[in-house]
Amino acid sequence: MIDDVLTIKGAGKKRADLDVLCNVSLNLRAGERVALLGHNGAGKTTLMKSILGLTEIDDGTITVAGAVPGSTPARQMTAYLPEAVSFHKALTGREQLTLFARLSGVEKSKVSPLLSRVGLNEAADRRIGTWSKGMRQRLGMAQVLLGRPKLALLDEPTSGLDPVSRHELYAIIDEMATNGTAVLIASHTLSEVEARTDRIAILRKGVLVANDTLEALIAKAGLPIRLRLRARDGDTDHIMQTLGGRRINGVSVELTCINSEKMQHLRQINELGDMVEDLEITPPKLEDLYRYYSGEKLQ
Amino acid sequence: MITRILAIASVEILIAMRNRWVLMATLIMLLFSLALTFAGSAPSGMLGVDMLTISVASMTTLSVYLAPLLALMMSFDAIAGDAERGGLALLLSYPVTRGEILLGKFIAHTGTLAFAMTIGFGTSGAIAVWMGGADANSLLALLRLVLTSILLGSVFLALGYALSALSNSVAAAAGMVAVLWLVLVVLFDLGLLGAVVMDGSGIFTQKVFPWLMVANPADAFRLWNIAAGEGVALATGMTGAADSLPQWAAPVSLLTWPILALLAARFSFSKVEP
Repeated sequence: MIDDVLTIKGAGKKRADLDVLCNVSLNLRAGERVALLGHNGAGKTTLMKSILGLTEIDDGTITVAGAVPGSTPARQMTAYLPEAVSFHKALTGREQLTLFARLSGVEKSKVSPLLSRVGLNEAADRRIGTWSKGMRQRLGMAQVLLGRPKLALLDEPTSGLDPVSRHELYAIIDEMATNGTAVLIASHTLSEVEARTDRIAILRKGVLVANDTLEALIAKAGLPIRLRLRARDGDTDHIMQTLGGRRINGVSVELTCINSEKMQHLRQINELGDMVEDLEITPPKLEDLYRYYSGEKLQ
Repeated sequence: MITRILAIASVEILIAMRNRWVLMATLIMLLFSLALTFAGSAPSGMLGVDMLTISVASMTTLSVYLAPLLALMMSFDAIAGDAERGGLALLLSYPVTRGEILLGKFIAHTGTLAFAMTIGFGTSGAIAVWMGGADANSLLALLRLVLTSILLGSVFLALGYALSALSNSVAAAAGMVAVLWLVLVVLFDLGLLGAVVMDGSGIFTQKVFPWLMVANPADAFRLWNIAAGEGVALATGMTGAADSLPQWAAPVSLLTWPILALLAARFSFSKVEP
């Protein structure tokens, strides 16, 4: 595909006889935001480093807009935000960003607006050693924005950020995607990337176990919906006889069903009339969905 | 390519200045060379014409230990430190090659050493001139000392990078450079000396020993300074080894070492997976 910015075909990597990556295939189109989920050690960072050409894969191929990972054209097109990014403490933010600008052939005049863009213009001339973790993360984001990359690889970009900064970060990611950058965001929490990505890819022990939109993943997983009813005094047993389920706290009954059975259950509950005082419907939680695909037992 | 090397170098110089490395290295060189200049003039009883010659001899002995030490202390962190802090992966995601990163650091660190050596040894020279204890020959010896000290330092800078790239952590790198310093600067000579004592005046002492000696950058540095300055040679009592080697041996060794060491550093850096 011509408009694929990133193409990964059957990527495999072994470390000491252990499959860190196993037959991973993933494509990113221009302007697409894809979440890459997985536990610590699932292979997210290894995959990102393979895309950067820092780690060589044993099997398969990776191309960045047609270029070999690690080649000069590939590096020019790719921006990277490492997990827990750290810069040299003795440098100021402006000096550090200027270095990156010079290395990527971007004019120095772009540095100041970028620092303002991520809210660092006041701290820019102080040494990074005096900065908070969130500020370092913002500087990391500023260097991602240098030179309009075609592909941005963000490894746990929200770690250490407060909710407001997190919101701003996603605004920046959206802006990049609008400008045509394909963004791959690694994270170990689905709830963090949920509404902000177009597609979700999940790695489990080096294997890509899911790669689809959130809606499609929910449908495919067929996870149970939880219905919790509060019974009128003394009617719990009757409700349980009619609907089944299990008793909670003496007065409540909990049922689980899959999406297609939901309406049927609701009709039955309706027939019970006043015996049901309250009803709560809980759709599958994102964390449950993630646990489903990452191979953990549901709680 | 040049812009990228210079970009790395200018940042490294900033770091060296902020870490007080420039200040520390310069102060150390200055203190030692001043001490040796004044101590060196003491035995002669007065500030005679040989003042600078004697202090160049003492400073040569000092520099053999100090130049490698300062260089290794500056370089052991260069790659292991960046890798450990997590900055190396980010740096390598930019269109800059590993060779360019190495050269940038090398230029900055060599510059820092050169500054320290020039100020340190230069001050001694200036004092000697001011006190009338220097002539054209001893000034030439001083200039040679400064330049060869920078060369010697650059060898150990590059060797420090090589070890830094080989080791998994900054702590391991620090340990490895300490061993390297001990082996090349101290133990190597002791080993050779032991071999000479065992051999008496056999083939080894006659033919092999001088070449083994000049193959070591620290000894090549010593031999170059000694062979070139007669006064220095007399003052250090090392004429024997210097005489049995051709004139070019020590300079060739000391000029080749930085290149070999940089190639070694480049090779070991290429194995690093940040």
